Amino acid sequence: MTEPLLSVRDLHVNFGTSEGDVQAVRGVSFDIGKGETLAIVGESGSGKSVTASAIMRLNFGADVRVSGSALLEGQDILAMSEEDVRLKRGRDIAMIFQDPLTALNPFYTVGHQIAEAYAIHHPGTSKKELRDLALDSLTKVGIPEPLKRVNQYPHEFSGGMRQRIVIAMALINRPKLLIADEPTTALDVTVQAQILELISAMQEEHGSAVLLITHDLGVVAEVTKRVLVMYAGRLVEVASVEDVFHSPTHPYTRGLLNSVKSLDSERHSHLEPIPGTPPSLIDLPSGCPFHSRCQYAASLNGQCSSEVPELKAVGNSLSACHMPTAELSSLLRSMQ
Amino acid sequence: MNDEIILQAQDLIKHFPTGASRLLQRPTQVVQAVDGVSFSLRRGTTLAIVGESGCGKSTLARLLARLIEPTSGSVILNGTNITSASPKQMLRMRRDIQVVFQDPYACLNPRHSIGQSIGTPIRIQKTMNRSDERHRVFELMELVGLSHEHYNRFPHEFSGGQRQRAGIARALALQPKVIVADEPVSALDVSIQAQILNLLEKLQTELELSYVFIAHDLSVVRHIADEVAVMYLGKIVEIGSPKAVYGAPAHPYTQALMSAVPVPNPQAAANRKRIILVGDVPSPIDPPSGCRFRTRCPRAQDLCALEEPALIDRGHGHPVACHFPD
Repeated sequence: MTEPLLSVRDLHVNFGTSEGDVQAVRGVSFDIGKGETLAIVGESGSGKSVTASAIMRLNFGADVRVSGSALLEGQDILAMSEEDVRLKRGRDIAMIFQDPLTALNPFYTVGHQIAEAYAIHHPGTSKKELRDLALDSLTKVGIPEPLKRVNQYPHEFSGGMRQRIVIAMALINRPKLLIADEPTTALDVTVQAQILELISAMQEEHGSAVLLITHDLGVVAEVTKRVLVMYAGRLVEVASVEDVFHSPTHPYTRGLLNSVKSLDSERHSHLEPIPGTPPSLIDLPSGCPFHSRCQYAASLNGQCSSEVPELKAVGNSLSACHMPTAELSSLLRSMQ
Repeated sequence: MNDEIILQAQDLIKHFPTGASRLLQRPTQVVQAVDGVSFSLRRGTTLAIVGESGCGKSTLARLLARLIEPTSGSVILNGTNITSASPKQMLRMRRDIQVVFQDPYACLNPRHSIGQSIGTPIRIQKTMNRSDERHRVFELMELVGLSHEHYNRFPHEFSGGQRQRAGIARALALQPKVIVADEPVSALDVSIQAQILNLLEKLQTELELSYVFIAHDLSVVRHIADEVAVMYLGKIVEIGSPKAVYGAPAHPYTQALMSAVPVPNPQAAANRKRIILVGDVPSPIDPPSGCRFRTRCPRAQDLCALEEPALIDRGHGHPVACHFPD
């Protein structure tokens, strides 16, 4: 790969709470190339959303500690002054959120809000130009009757339409990177299909890179090429989408796939869930965060509960597991 | 398989008045949330009701358990019409039909310990004395995979999956025959969803339960259902075995719905043809004339606006409400 667009290194995010430190993200590193789509999957509390908001520098507050670096075309976002970040945010990196209603201001028309996103980075644009831009972007994201719709308020739109408006807003400055944090989770499947289609069409047109945060493995299979799997604040597997689904290398990824009920699965076929629940991020287990739920941990003489596994190459993937590479791959082959 | 019908819905209609005019003391509009739904549930089986937000599936769930009164139509539970039962009779019949809700945090009293919450139906129905109740609650907790030491803990100390287990234990407290589960796993992470689905299956076999399973997630439904009903704007548009509805959907809405579900398999995802529906679901206040799906239907013709298609078998082996099924 040539020079990556975004390069995240050793990202840590801690939240101080009255009960102790919540270690939400613990040493995450990855790259995104120009125009690439990358997905981060994980369950609630895995740190995927916190990773995304750290790149946007949206974690703030007295008790939040962020360390590591996030280089956007060589410039470290995490080390910038607040003013410099503001210049990047919305222009070079834009974000769309899960709930489009809370992302929109109920007191302003959608036309005003879309135009504002542009005007902030392009001071001196005339009102007429801004209105034309807003109309144009509403048309592009497929809102019917834009002339009428541009003067309406968020509550007058359906959930899918609101998400289209948020996408219009995020893309109006042609950002280099679009972070989509569970963009379709609040939507019905038929609307989800519309929105995913829109995101990829827009991506093609603008050449933006997309970082997609999701818990839905089906969505991942549909839209991305490369996948990061997170568990308890760490990356446990980095692989191409084919490898993740056909030859997962980490026991957690495997468990996750086994839990997913494919549309092709038979009635009453027994699902193989992962036993137990994810660990508390305040009181993390020693060693591998997955060891207490992992069926292979017992066979490794306590290494799993004492040593944190680093990402290592297994086939074409990276996997954070202590199991020897050869054993891992043969084991996983046998499961298929 | 058993052919005995345990629960039956007959032409259930629920219209919510809205936009009430204060002056006339009369509602000016009605939301036609559920509009003529009929089905039968066989003992020991699972009927899944799927549909997107606003299709009326949760209203239907509440009607079945008589948590709300229907505008018209009836629910027959084990041969008795529960919609016309007196409050006293209804209290007795509630032992046979219980509900599991979507959000296990919202349906557990935060000030009651888990043990207290699970025992609540027993105390309301006065079926046991206190020590028997305690014994029964322990039994129920074991059944759903909670340990005895959880008895005195409070809902906030539990994870989502454990809370849903408690919600299920409470629904089982009176040994019901039918459980109406309204999106029981949609608030949970996938790895936990699988645990709860396995639990529901295990309980069904052990206790001979019959389920009405309301869901929007088609893959979950495929896994658990013996029969699937697809709802759109307050009506069932297609009903049949999962094999028929998933394998050979005949209604254009079912087809679009199936094709919209993301498949966790990159090759299948790339090869498959997607039907993307245009626009949004119309308002249930003013549904389209004739077929309610016609405004978004790729096959709509003049007839569809004039005449409402009946839910009948049109040569597909299962009932479909479409004039031009595929």
